[in-house]
Amino acid sequence: MAEEKRQKEILRIERLTVSFAQYEAKTTQRVELPVISDLNVSVREGEVVAVVGSSGSGKSLLAHTVFGLLPQNASVSGDMFYQGMRLRTEDIMRLRGSELALVPQGVSYLDPLMKTGKQILNGRRDAVSREKMQKLFVRYGLEQGVAQQYPFELSGGMARRVLLMTALMSEPKLIVADEPTTGMDFSLATKAMEDFRGFADEGNGVLLITHDLKLALTVADRVIVFYAGTTLEEATAADFKDGRLLRHPYTRALYRAMPEHGFAALPGTQPYVRDMPKGCPFAPRCPKRGVGCDGEIPVTAVRGGSVRCVRYAKTSLPEA
Amino acid sequence: MRYIKFLFQNLVKMATLLVGVSIVAFTLVSMSPIDPVQANVGTLGYMRMTPEKKAEFASYWGEDVPPVERYLNWAGDFIRGDMGISLKYNRPVAEVVSEKFRNSLLLMCVAWILSGVFGILLGVIAGYYRDRWQDRLIKGYALLLASTPAFWIALVLLMVFAVWLQWLPVGMNVPIGMAAAEVGFLERLRHLILPAAALSLTGVANIALHTREKMIDIMESDYVLFARARGERGGAIVRRHALRNILLPAITLQFGSVSEIFGGSVLIEQVFSYPGLGQAAVDAGLGSDVALLLAITVVSTLFVFCGNLIANVLYGVVDPRIRRGGYER
Amino acid sequence: MKDKAVGAGRIKNMRRRTRVTVVCAVLLLAAVLVAGVLLGERAVQTDFSRKNVTPCIPYLFGTDWMGRDMLARTLKGLSTSIFIGILASAISALVALVLGTMAATLGKGADAAITWLIDLMLGVPHIVLLVLISYALGKGFWGVTVGVALTHWPGLCRVLRSEILQIRESTYIGVARQLGKSPWYIAKTHIFPQILPQFLAGLILLFPHAILHEASVTFLGFGLSPEKPAIGMILSESMSYLSTGKWWLALFPGLALVLVVVLFERIGNGVRTLLDPASAHE
Repeated sequence: MAEEKRQKEILRIERLTVSFAQYEAKTTQRVELPVISDLNVSVREGEVVAVVGSSGSGKSLLAHTVFGLLPQNASVSGDMFYQGMRLRTEDIMRLRGSELALVPQGVSYLDPLMKTGKQILNGRRDAVSREKMQKLFVRYGLEQGVAQQYPFELSGGMARRVLLMTALMSEPKLIVADEPTTGMDFSLATKAMEDFRGFADEGNGVLLITHDLKLALTVADRVIVFYAGTTLEEATAADFKDGRLLRHPYTRALYRAMPEHGFAALPGTQPYVRDMPKGCPFAPRCPKRGVGCDGEIPVTAVRGGSVRCVRYAKTSLPEA
Repeated sequence: MRYIKFLFQNLVKMATLLVGVSIVAFTLVSMSPIDPVQANVGTLGYMRMTPEKKAEFASYWGEDVPPVERYLNWAGDFIRGDMGISLKYNRPVAEVVSEKFRNSLLLMCVAWILSGVFGILLGVIAGYYRDRWQDRLIKGYALLLASTPAFWIALVLLMVFAVWLQWLPVGMNVPIGMAAAEVGFLERLRHLILPAAALSLTGVANIALHTREKMIDIMESDYVLFARARGERGGAIVRRHALRNILLPAITLQFGSVSEIFGGSVLIEQVFSYPGLGQAAVDAGLGSDVALLLAITVVSTLFVFCGNLIANVLYGVVDPRIRRGGYER
Repeated sequence: MKDKAVGAGRIKNMRRRTRVTVVCAVLLLAAVLVAGVLLGERAVQTDFSRKNVTPCIPYLFGTDWMGRDMLARTLKGLSTSIFIGILASAISALVALVLGTMAATLGKGADAAITWLIDLMLGVPHIVLLVLISYALGKGFWGVTVGVALTHWPGLCRVLRSEILQIRESTYIGVARQLGKSPWYIAKTHIFPQILPQFLAGLILLFPHAILHEASVTFLGFGLSPEKPAIGMILSESMSYLSTGKWWLALFPGLALVLVVVLFERIGNGVRTLLDPASAHE
């Protein structure tokens, strides 16, 4: 892992906070509802970084933030860096669709009335691009005829490969994949993961946003655990080989919820942004809840990863 | 093939509906306290009728003939192309209808195309600029227009452009004192402008509002979001994705609105004394010209059904999801 | 999730505003109705000493070629139109309710027949059908009212039919049926309360169409008789005088009609918003 750290960073997001302006019920006053708060993520060359969180944790908004797709009433603070340079809105406009590519959830992200070939080319008409597309078809085992088909004619697996190809056409440096395996069976999803791994191994980066921890662990180098709009832990994939190496109680709960580790479901639900508890958002469900959980929770570096939990802030010692 | 079957089903349904309409119309006309024979005895048309024609007329409308038999007499002749004699115009009904229909068709086509083009355009703009001033302006205009009777718009246009500014003729397809054949194409066109404008203005509202809704759906769709993520900008998104997805439902809607355009034309023809089918229908109704009234009812219904049929067929032919048999609509 | 949170306050604000709009619109229409009844005398009063007066302070809408006060005539005409509109819409909505319920509950045959009937009604252009019905009934007040009532139910009927079909699918209806409740009981306690909002909003939104069509048919000469001031009649008569520059004869009565239609539209949409549980404050 140490050598990976020396790899060049492609994307770094620091203390990202996204909130929506909304109107309060009785007072009709404008309030800012944070949907992502104090989020840190980085992706280096050759890396697949998984952002794992259950639905409603705001992880899709992370993808939208990176691509500048948030609605008007959203406000963003924090810093984003692309290859060491600070990303401004104009930069995002320029980079999206070329060096930054999004792989969306499913076939509904394709224009239903446009043939897939045209959508992959995305306005390009030159011979080089066509040839590139044909090569991609060969590489991903699709028949050339698929280019003449409409999205509704594609099977789930074909649609996934078409969506990946839309990203690869521009030879991006970073792919952000937002729940790219929704509605796929395990073997198809695994194939999708292998494709992302292959892309990263060519010296690129992948930010994989998913709710499926097990699937993410098949390819990810690092896992960022996302809960109610914030990161609770950053761990290496290797940490998940042994539950005791994990830092945050939530991550451990996720670990125990995996089929091979006992399938133990965590009681309770994620808090809704409106009634977010003070301090640690996980505190109401945390088995190890204690004093200090409702205060400011700093991020602490622990064993090559990091964690946002008061118990580490105090002692920085692994608990028994 | 599935598609042929679909077409066949549509045609059968249309035929049964048409028979239904003719029965309803015939019954209504028969119900009237106005006796067509009595009402028309004194007219020139009736007096000039040959004895056979008088017998035919009595077989449709005579009080001594049972209603069902009268209907069958009328319908039988109608299908054979004999629609009877128009007493008001003193000519065969078929002749009157075809001439008037051609006049109306010109007016309706122009209005149909204009309202379609502008309606879609305004709807796209409003939907794209949702809740901004452009949207509010267009939406307000469309909602106001939807509450405005077509004939009043026609009156206002007439007052402004014909009476006040005197740019365009007050009415009449043909200037008084001139035979129809002498009227040049340009002169006819000049007479068409105001009626067509009035009819288009009211037609725009409906299509603009529907297109706006659809445009809003599209702008919020996943595929537009993805297009933006791929670096496409506003104009390109409208051209590449929005228009592609809007045109088909909009054109279908426009074919389905033939009934409204026809209804509007009846009123507007009245205002401008435009010699079309609508004016003939009003004349026939006021003058108890029952044969003409029935014929116009059946023909206008057929016209509406054709519009609906084209709408259905168009969807099947143009939308790949149906053409290529992806799923049922 | 996000949408639900978007300003419950904004919704509440909007609801308050909607309520105010509806009340104001109802009051305004009631005022027109009352004014029309009170001004009945004045509307038909002819006075050749004041004929063709352009709009001025004593005669806001001017006077016509017989010296009749156009404002009084317009108000009287509008009140007649509103009355016919309300009557015709009520009948029409009732027909829609009965046929819609029948289509949704009496099995396939009835459904097919009623759907066919709806298609038939929508196939004939509205105006042509109105002319036919009016002709059948010998024109006049009942000719228009019945005509408008009989031509406006199909749209609402379709909505109610699909709504009822949906409600019938729900489990509690199935439970009620298994408990041996009678169809009438089920309709009364489970179906009608649920479709009431749709029905009411649909009913009110029929008014604008009804009034517009009444005016149109009268304009064409099939509606109310010439001696009754009706907006359609006023506008139809004005046509003979437009070419001589008497613009006020057509402009103000038409504007007033548009205003009435817009008010009804507002009330209908307002009622729908207020009754729609989805837009209610949680």
